[in-house]
Amino acid sequence: MTKMMYRDAVRNTIFQEMQRDPNVVVLGEDVVGGMGTAGGPEAIGGIWSTSGGFYEAFGPDRVIDTPISESAIVGAAGGLALSGKRPIAELMFADFIGVSLDQIWNQIAKFRYMFGGKTKCPAIIRLIYGAGYNAAAQHSQSPHAILTGMPGLKVVMPSTPADVAGMMRQAIRDDDPVIFMEHKALYGVQGEVPDDPDFVVPFGHARLTRAGQDVTILATGMMVGMAEAAADTLAEDGIGADVIDLRSTSPLDEEAILDSVEVTGRLVIVDEAPPRCSLATDLAALVANKAFASLRAPIEMVTAPHTPIPFARELESAYLPNPDKIEAAVRKALAYN
Amino acid sequence: MQLNRTDLLEAYRRMKIIRDFEDFLHDEIAKGEIAGFTHLYAGQEAVAVGVCEHLSDDDKIVSTHRGHGHCLAKGCDVEGMMKEIWGSREGLCKGKGGSMHIADVDKGMLGANGIVGAGAPIAVGAALAAKLDGKGNVAIAFSGDGACNQGTTFEAMNMAVVTKAPAIFVFENNHYSEHTGFEYAVGTDKDIASRAEAFGMKVWRADGTDFSSVHDTMREVLEYVRAGNGPAAVEFDTERFYGHFEGDPQRYRGKGELDRIRAERDCIKKFRETVTEAKLLEGSDLDKIDAEVASQIEQAVAAARAADRPTAEDVLADVYIDY
Repeated sequence: MTKMMYRDAVRNTIFQEMQRDPNVVVLGEDVVGGMGTAGGPEAIGGIWSTSGGFYEAFGPDRVIDTPISESAIVGAAGGLALSGKRPIAELMFADFIGVSLDQIWNQIAKFRYMFGGKTKCPAIIRLIYGAGYNAAAQHSQSPHAILTGMPGLKVVMPSTPADVAGMMRQAIRDDDPVIFMEHKALYGVQGEVPDDPDFVVPFGHARLTRAGQDVTILATGMMVGMAEAAADTLAEDGIGADVIDLRSTSPLDEEAILDSVEVTGRLVIVDEAPPRCSLATDLAALVANKAFASLRAPIEMVTAPHTPIPFARELESAYLPNPDKIEAAVRKALAYN
Repeated sequence: MQLNRTDLLEAYRRMKIIRDFEDFLHDEIAKGEIAGFTHLYAGQEAVAVGVCEHLSDDDKIVSTHRGHGHCLAKGCDVEGMMKEIWGSREGLCKGKGGSMHIADVDKGMLGANGIVGAGAPIAVGAALAAKLDGKGNVAIAFSGDGACNQGTTFEAMNMAVVTKAPAIFVFENNHYSEHTGFEYAVGTDKDIASRAEAFGMKVWRADGTDFSSVHDTMREVLEYVRAGNGPAAVEFDTERFYGHFEGDPQRYRGKGELDRIRAERDCIKKFRETVTEAKLLEGSDLDKIDAEVASQIEQAVAAARAADRPTAEDVLADVYIDY
């Protein structure tokens, strides 16, 4: 095991896979950084420091620094994937899916199906997402629900450095298109990462991070740490919570969710996104439909409100879920008879 | 015309297959047996064939909603395509794609596309893959005068120039984006190629109804791009013999316009006249191909009518490789 930051798990895993497989290529805005400047290539090494050293190691044909053209970035990833490559496209902010959505939604997600299963599209679209930086309404969103609803895509949301490494490696070796969501507020989080160069975390397997009998808390990304903090506080009062990090929203580990709710009978869903037509409502519908008889209280949802993401520190804090809100939701579920 | 007899016969056969394929569909769709939306390529055959005759399976093309001609020119199986348009599970895409999504990646045909302008970025990706492989292959984005107005096309052209990708942007100007005239919708003084030029590409222009002109132009373009000079663009002036989609009443056409373009701008008719007048081929050579192609299309249709239909279980197949 090696201790490293979440962002280094991204960078190191891609680097190792590029060494292993010459078909792996990286493209995006400033993935090299400094092209056409006095500073020269690698003056930046990726705005998130997730591609430092790539250009020097693999050259311009495999580390493709692009203009600010998200449609062309994602479209080119599709064309590369249909031509036998394994492209990893970076969208600097997940919010930019808006300007590339056709290529995600109508193209890479559907090639295999539209073409009768006669091709594969092993493209990865890295989306750097999430609030916590006071980056306001167009640089802070968590668009996982809209992407999870698109057949043909896999959507993964690792919350720890180890899961980043295992899921990135799985994504690169996977033959289906993968939306790889990296929470920008987690980039500095440290954790142990297995040294095994073939370490993968298969998709569709949730991770139980806290075990308890009284309530099930579902979370992804930055919400996992908040759910754990709430669970630790509740444990002091003798309340036991299962905290389940879903890790991937498509495929979804339904079994882990349903098995837990069958024991606890109470469910709190934490979601960083607004509440309508969301991951939270999707999970609530799943449990209401498949574990109705196990429920002993209404399903509670701790989500962002139905508003754009505000800028000011006080406003963003009020917007986001937090451990106090999660704890209150758990107590409300437990109080129901 | 720099082609030998065999190549000329092959070019004529390909164009004729496209024409008969489309003429047949035009009649058949009116009868109601074929589902969905179909956009016919008839009239533009010289472009698809004149371009694709230069390509191998390792050269890629990305097509449009009006894609049958590109597919057939790139070597997609006639019967497999007919079955696909019929919605059969024996079709080239198992009945999942239909007219607007025909693809055969093994032949370098990366898909027709229902979204106008979506193809150019995909072609740039295929070109970047070719550049990485370093074997001199290219990728071609077919776009019309409609797609030339999409931002995706602009992004793709710029990215191709910046990355020196061996991409070729082939603009087929058939004067209509859906039901709107080129003179209204394209702001650059009746010209598409100048846009590509403004992005820093070398460009060519040619008469898309003259096979020889298309073929000779593409020879130059491909030599230039295969030599590693980066992307290029070509604008072909061509004609669409049918409407935007089948069922389009074409009320936007001028009086006598269709008769005029069929009389004066029919690429297949012009090909026949040119090669027979120049004594490169005999009329009887071409008549023989006409008969063979008519029979080939007839057989493809019979096969499509008899082919297996998909079942409800097929809906769920081929979304993912592993899920």
